[in-house]
Amino acid sequence: MDIVEGMELPARTFTITRADLVRYAGASGDFNVIHWNERIAKDVGLPDVIAHGMLTMGLAIQVVTDWLGDPSRLLTYGCRFTRPVVVPDDADGAELTVSATVSGIADGVANISLRAVCEDVTVLSKAIATIKVA
Amino acid sequence: MALNPDFVGRSFPPAPAYLVGREKIREFARALGATDPIHLDLEAARERGYPDLVAPPTYAIRLSMAAAENVVIDPELGLDYTKVVHGDQRFEYSRPIVAGDELVCTVTIDDIRSAAGNDILTTRADIATVDGEHVVTSYSVLVARGTDGGDA
Repeated sequence: MDIVEGMELPARTFTITRADLVRYAGASGDFNVIHWNERIAKDVGLPDVIAHGMLTMGLAIQVVTDWLGDPSRLLTYGCRFTRPVVVPDDADGAELTVSATVSGIADGVANISLRAVCEDVTVLSKAIATIKVA
Repeated sequence: MALNPDFVGRSFPPAPAYLVGREKIREFARALGATDPIHLDLEAARERGYPDLVAPPTYAIRLSMAAAENVVIDPELGLDYTKVVHGDQRFEYSRPIVAGDELVCTVTIDDIRSAAGNDILTTRADIATVDGEHVVTSYSVLVARGTDGGDA
């Protein structure tokens, strides 16, 4: 596959429910109560329980790694957690849409800019992965 | 409360080695809904040239955040950990983490500053095998803010 600047990677939509937050808490060891306890989340000023930033980050990178097919080509991955993903207590949960574009190539390394959006709000900013082109 | 600037540049002895287990990788991959068999199926991982199951790229946070927490609770640093949210995260990879890796994580406080009344701490966690092979470095920006909440 030739990687060229401006190329769009296949976008994906992820559903995040309360059950997903509990599962991620157990798997990651991050048991911060704002990710599972609505009372405490609201006490600290949040609208409701929010997803772990690292869950959002971990979902988003699959758009890159699944497209690439080889995780050893991932060189760096970083982002800023700008807005919380609020997860309501219902069967639908929150919807996270992730798209990604090859935003630059130099010296055998491609920059991929990711966009992660929930309820029309960008939840990750400066989300950039760099990959080995070949 | 302002953080103690004497902590900038300070490194902390690594925690005991962390042995990466296959079932932990499967559990983490499933929690992310990851479907690439490289995380779940040993044969698939070996066919693609890996010695064992491959961890998803953000798995390194398990080690780096636990190690950083042990450091930033030092009362002399002055960080109110109950008000901390995760501001930024960045990984620099030498290779993916695979099951069977025995990893040590050394945490350094790279930067301390204040902005808009928030205390901002940048930690770096260098993760290497017990034999000294670098695997991944994890940079985390932790922000201690007021009681108005925020993301994490």
